[in-house]
Amino acid sequence: MKHTISLLVENSFGAFDRVATMFSAKGFNLHSITIGETEIRDISRMTIVTSGDDQFISQVVKQLNRLIDTIKVIDLTKNDRTERELALITVQYTKGVLEELKNINDIFRGKVVDINNKSVTLEITGPPAKVNAAVNVLMPYGIKEMARSGTVALKRGEQLKNAKKELDMKKL
Amino acid sequence: MSKNLKMSGADIFFESLREEKVEYIFGYPGGSTLKIYEKLYDVNFLKHILVRHEQGATHMAEGYAKATGKVGVVLVTSGPGATNTVTGIADAYMDSVPIVVFTGQVPTHLIGNDAFQEADIIGITRPITKHSFLVRDVKDLASSIRKAFYIASSGRPGPVVVDLPKNMIATECDFEYPEKLSIRGYKPTYGGHLNQIKKAARMIAKAKKPLLYVGGGVIMANASNELTAFANENGLPVTMTLLGLGAYPGSDKLSLGMLGMHGTYWANQAVNNCDVLVSLGARFDDRVTGKVETFAPGAFKIHVDIDPTAIDKNVIVDLPIVGDVKNILPELMSEMQEKPSIDDWWDKIEAWKKECPLAYNTSDGELRPQYVIERISELTKGNAVIVTDVGQHQMIATQYYKFIHPRSLLTSGGLGTMGFSVPAAIGASFGITDKPVISISGDGGFQMNMQELITAVAYKVPVKFIIINNSFLGMVRQWQELFHAEKYSFTDLGPSNPDFVKIGESLGIPSWSTDKIDAVDTLIKKAMSVKDGPSLIEFKVLKEDMVFPMVPSGGSISDMILERLNPKRMV
Repeated sequence: MKHTISLLVENSFGAFDRVATMFSAKGFNLHSITIGETEIRDISRMTIVTSGDDQFISQVVKQLNRLIDTIKVIDLTKNDRTERELALITVQYTKGVLEELKNINDIFRGKVVDINNKSVTLEITGPPAKVNAAVNVLMPYGIKEMARSGTVALKRGEQLKNAKKELDMKKL
Repeated sequence: MSKNLKMSGADIFFESLREEKVEYIFGYPGGSTLKIYEKLYDVNFLKHILVRHEQGATHMAEGYAKATGKVGVVLVTSGPGATNTVTGIADAYMDSVPIVVFTGQVPTHLIGNDAFQEADIIGITRPITKHSFLVRDVKDLASSIRKAFYIASSGRPGPVVVDLPKNMIATECDFEYPEKLSIRGYKPTYGGHLNQIKKAARMIAKAKKPLLYVGGGVIMANASNELTAFANENGLPVTMTLLGLGAYPGSDKLSLGMLGMHGTYWANQAVNNCDVLVSLGARFDDRVTGKVETFAPGAFKIHVDIDPTAIDKNVIVDLPIVGDVKNILPELMSEMQEKPSIDDWWDKIEAWKKECPLAYNTSDGELRPQYVIERISELTKGNAVIVTDVGQHQMIATQYYKFIHPRSLLTSGGLGTMGFSVPAAIGASFGITDKPVISISGDGGFQMNMQELITAVAYKVPVKFIIINNSFLGMVRQWQELFHAEKYSFTDLGPSNPDFVKIGESLGIPSWSTDKIDAVDTLIKKAMSVKDGPSLIEFKVLKEDMVFPMVPSGGSISDMILERLNPKRMV
């Protein structure tokens, strides 16, 4: 089963490397990994998507917690959460096809972000499953290039309580 | 130290080590650390031990740390100096040894330029360190050192690397050693969960066939007294892992000796048949469990460990308790409402002991490693620090030496590093002066770091270097005979082995060699009487001897090979 794990790490030299190294050293599989700034200057948030049984995931969470630069680890899979991914997909088109591509783009509520007389680049944003669906639909048209951001995710609900907790922790 | 004093990075380095009460640095100078060595010239509050190879430095630091419980400190230069420490760091990581390794680095503006003697040691050691620091601002130097010592020695201990770019050592800044330390991502759990402890006490009290399975964590936590009290109070059988030996007196009737691949028959039978297995500071290593599915199959498993990742890693347990075993054992003891009644269980264990005792052939007049170890055990009465290498002699030492005290066996367990014994014994000898330190190596492992004999001579370290020479890489040879069609591929060292006595004598070390049984005691006593420097004995033993009992790799206890007293002779 796929799991989305969110972690707060020190925005310091090597924190990302340590997480990545741990995954390769332990032979853990990794579907996607993202890192970005947070509202706090010296803390970054990483989102990791991995898959395995409960024992495996609990070992992953423990190993992540064990890293000194890791401040907090949450397996979001157990929580109500918002997951988003962004994909830039460049599709080739011939005369007459552009309208079809535009329709598909509208259905996925995407944006046309670049176009020339041979290809069009669409920006699709949404839960990973929606991005997968868009990719599948666009595949037959001939995807020339594609870039996916990997999943980012945040916990939903009880925000107030947890936001306060997280803030308290950041003050430490 | 007074605050706001401008100091160079090199001064800050030494002032920080002074704050950490460092007694010894095991090191080797080089281009990137010249400035530190310039300062070291006038430092008198610690002693620098000049090694002959940086791998030796890390093993010495390990030996010192394992023997004393203090943090071992290594100082090497950049590039090759740093990469030579890798094996020792990996060894310390596997066996949770607190060491801090300071590596020189090229100046920050040259990092990444393939500069002379540059190596990305932080990257290279990332998977084998508990943590590491690259000091990119001299203002972070003191706090990095403070954190390095704290991280190395707290929680589950381990190695920490601090990489020091050359310009950081030369740059000046205000020095203030941080008194308080808070690392928001690092808070080891020391107190065990009380409800879990209560539940464990109930399980142990009503157990019919309980067994304590004790690992190196008990020794690291200095919890031997607590363990001994708990086991004695409740009459519980104790089996130990390789790193756990000495945690409970091996001479006591409650001790079953070591379990696992080369463990005793009765310890392994006890594991196989127990109904409550209490793991204390052990990690269910594959050399202990063999085939995981058949390891203690019917037992309710309680696992006490300070490292949460050790829980459910190799074996799923029924009751985990995360915390410091030194705190947990007394609580467990006070929570016990009654003692388990296990006389039948002890009868069974005694029967197993009689069924298959440790044995080796004594009738053919050949000198065997078992005899040598037995004699060392007898003559030292357990009051020595035994530092083994890796292989047959190591396993035989676990079987035939009676370890009575914690920290009396120093060995490379997890990584199985040949070449560990010679330098580790030297390191231990700096920390331990009230007991003899005895290094035991095979002829193969001895040659891997024998350059450190020179260090032993230079500092007049009274280590007794014992070489159990069977002219073979014996353990590999054993596997070749048992499992690899007797193809003795590249394990025969005999034709090219050096004259070990001459090697010793060329360094001025009193050295002896024998293949006679009746010379063993005399030579051990002679070596023990050398107090002002190292001594060396080579025991030429039977080539083809093997270590039994043996559970083949990945096998079950039922696959145990018990004995083969008359080995096949090779011509």
